[in-house]
Amino acid sequence: MALLQIAEPESAPVPHQNRLAVGIDLGTTNSLVATMRHGIPVVLPDAEGRPLLPSIVRYADRGIEVGYPAQEALVADPQNTIVSVKRLMGRGLADLSDARRFPYRFIDAPGMVQIETRSGIRTPVEVSAEILRTLRLRAEASLGGALAGAVVTVPAYFDDAQRQATKDAAQLAGLNVLRLLNEPTAAAIAYGLDNASEGTYAVYDLGGGTFDLSILKLSRGVFEVLATAGDTALGGDDFDHRVYCWALETSRVGPVSASDTRLVMLKAREAKENLTTHASTSLVATLSTGERIDLTLTASTFTAITETLVGKTLGPVRKALRDAKLTPAEIDGVVMVGGATRMPQIQKAVATFFGAPPLNNLDPDQVVALGAAIQANVLAGNRASDEDWLLLDVIPLSLGLETMGGLTEKIIPRNATIPIARAQEFTTFKDGQTAMAIHVVQGEREKVADCRSLGRFELRGIPPMVAGAARINVTFQVDADGLLSVSAREQTTGVEAAITVKPSYGLADTEIARMLQESQAHAVDDMEARALAEAQVEGERMLTATASALDSDGDLLSPEERASIDAAMAAVRRLAAGADRHALSAAVAALNRATEEFAARRMDRSVAGALAGRSVDSLAED
Amino acid sequence: MIDFSQNYFALFGLPQRYRFDPETLDAAYRALQRVVHPDRYAAAGDAERRVALQSSARVNEAYRALKDPVSRAQYLLSLRGIDALAETNTALPAEFLQRELERREAVGEAQAARDADRLAALLREVRSDAAVLQATLADRLDVEAWENARDAVRELRFLTKVAGDIETAIGEVEG
Repeated sequence: MALLQIAEPESAPVPHQNRLAVGIDLGTTNSLVATMRHGIPVVLPDAEGRPLLPSIVRYADRGIEVGYPAQEALVADPQNTIVSVKRLMGRGLADLSDARRFPYRFIDAPGMVQIETRSGIRTPVEVSAEILRTLRLRAEASLGGALAGAVVTVPAYFDDAQRQATKDAAQLAGLNVLRLLNEPTAAAIAYGLDNASEGTYAVYDLGGGTFDLSILKLSRGVFEVLATAGDTALGGDDFDHRVYCWALETSRVGPVSASDTRLVMLKAREAKENLTTHASTSLVATLSTGERIDLTLTASTFTAITETLVGKTLGPVRKALRDAKLTPAEIDGVVMVGGATRMPQIQKAVATFFGAPPLNNLDPDQVVALGAAIQANVLAGNRASDEDWLLLDVIPLSLGLETMGGLTEKIIPRNATIPIARAQEFTTFKDGQTAMAIHVVQGEREKVADCRSLGRFELRGIPPMVAGAARINVTFQVDADGLLSVSAREQTTGVEAAITVKPSYGLADTEIARMLQESQAHAVDDMEARALAEAQVEGERMLTATASALDSDGDLLSPEERASIDAAMAAVRRLAAGADRHALSAAVAALNRATEEFAARRMDRSVAGALAGRSVDSLAED
Repeated sequence: MIDFSQNYFALFGLPQRYRFDPETLDAAYRALQRVVHPDRYAAAGDAERRVALQSSARVNEAYRALKDPVSRAQYLLSLRGIDALAETNTALPAEFLQRELERREAVGEAQAARDADRLAALLREVRSDAAVLQATLADRLDVEAWENARDAVRELRFLTKVAGDIETAIGEVEG
């Protein structure tokens, strides 16, 4: 039994207020929101008690419908009822090998496709934001307050464009993103903490539209991702599509309308799900043309027509094992995640490959959201003293830039642990060259044309020198969300240029601002009031963090330094009570500047303490 | 913040030697990340979060440099002012190059024949050659035969590249 804690009479205890934090699994087919209750992660259901939210958004005559209401219009209104939008995130039309499968009116825009709907042109980011907003409102209603933040999960194999698009969608939905978390890693947290596991585990995550395979080492409270591989266009959807093709071919019907496509796809999915527990199932549909499909699908036929898809998942499995320098026999357990892993042929293929039955003891639909909730709770600052675990994740794809001849120079290799920063020096090609184009790419191939272009920027104002004399230092930094920022600096003159690799695929900050304003027309919450509330929360957070830092390490400051921090805190405290959000933000920024040197000294002390072999960190946590 | 000029061995509290107990490095790495990782500062102020991001990235970079035997040797040499990768003086022994040329041909043939088993066998060979070379390298570093060690690092780098190419070839053949 836990002992009751009593604070020292003299010290001013920081009131223990639990910040409301959620984990969100933004899935291709279904989305979920979860939170920690009494130390246990739980999924928050909707008012009808349903845990899942179908990831479907309909732009209807009378407004926007999300989830089950939108699902009802799948067949009747295919062009305005958007499903599987996750497959479109951060993707251009040219990236979509399966664009014809979607019934939407696509508009090719630089970087990311757009969809023409009844309500106007919508980006996948906006569609995803509707799903996220619905989950935010569900959580706020259920928890009874505004959320301090959310951890939103993404497929581990998502590239920078897909990650940034997801983060943009969350911000558009009014969420404070505490972290983007890789889905298999989230599952590993839920599984590992639940089972107190130690060892090397593989997470096989086959969702509705994406496949990830991550290998993690769980050791003394550290979850260390060793390697990850995957395919962001392979999932349960593709199995439905195989059944759909089989049904049309076998019945000799087609080509069919968008509505009929939706109808048969729905029947195909039902058939697939039935085959999880039955040896055969019927697939019956009457098309709008009057044509009739009436078939029996056996498990063996289903296995045969989807064999190549199952095989396609094993490529990334082998690649991740190679990257981790491990054999299948060295894996202590394979955790199955994602609804599509319910398919018996998947279970069998994984068991055969690893030579052991996979682990299915957590709900494959919920485990990602539960893991995200655990992480969200920790990141929001609600960590209990016994939750001393740490997550070390990796970047899935190499990052580099274009050099002469259209070749890629890798700067950060795939599976490097994040955060990471790495610099490399380049030089000019021609005499008198005063500018340099920097093209940032992601991928494993040698030719730039075969990698994904993340952004281009120019470093200008290089003084004219002979070819090869300039020294241009390009720094890549990947943060804990797996997001890249790049900066370049000419060493002899100090000319600088920097980008967050973002605008090239469509969404600049100005566009987000525009979307936020547009969505305000529908939203009930007042933007200005929300902005003030956010600034107040931020001010509160800074005050609490600074107070606790002063409490534990105040001795690192001279009286003058201490006085200036105290003054900056007083300013924040005074303005937090008022209504001037700009003045408050400025005061918070000033407090940040005032504590910079202090933060550095505190880190020094922590580092020294860590290696002295005692647990200063656990003391500082309390 | 972590002293960015501090050398990687000192950062992990390790003696500046090539041979060490990998468990000690792993333990020191985890202990450091436990205090510097950005996840520990998600509720802190901007200044602390920025310091955490930089410190954690630095610890990751240092760990990567010391964990891998080739880059560790390279790093040790660089502390002695020897650049093992300098483009001048890249000459590798003719005997070594001849053997690697033959190996490359064998890889090419196996790749053309889409023979994953043969590629895997070649990969095992390279790795075992690399292991032998690594032991040689360790001996040379222990006796501070820096120039000889540098030559071994170059050969080892070459073998690492060959192993990487074979892995890529296996990936392509296996699909």
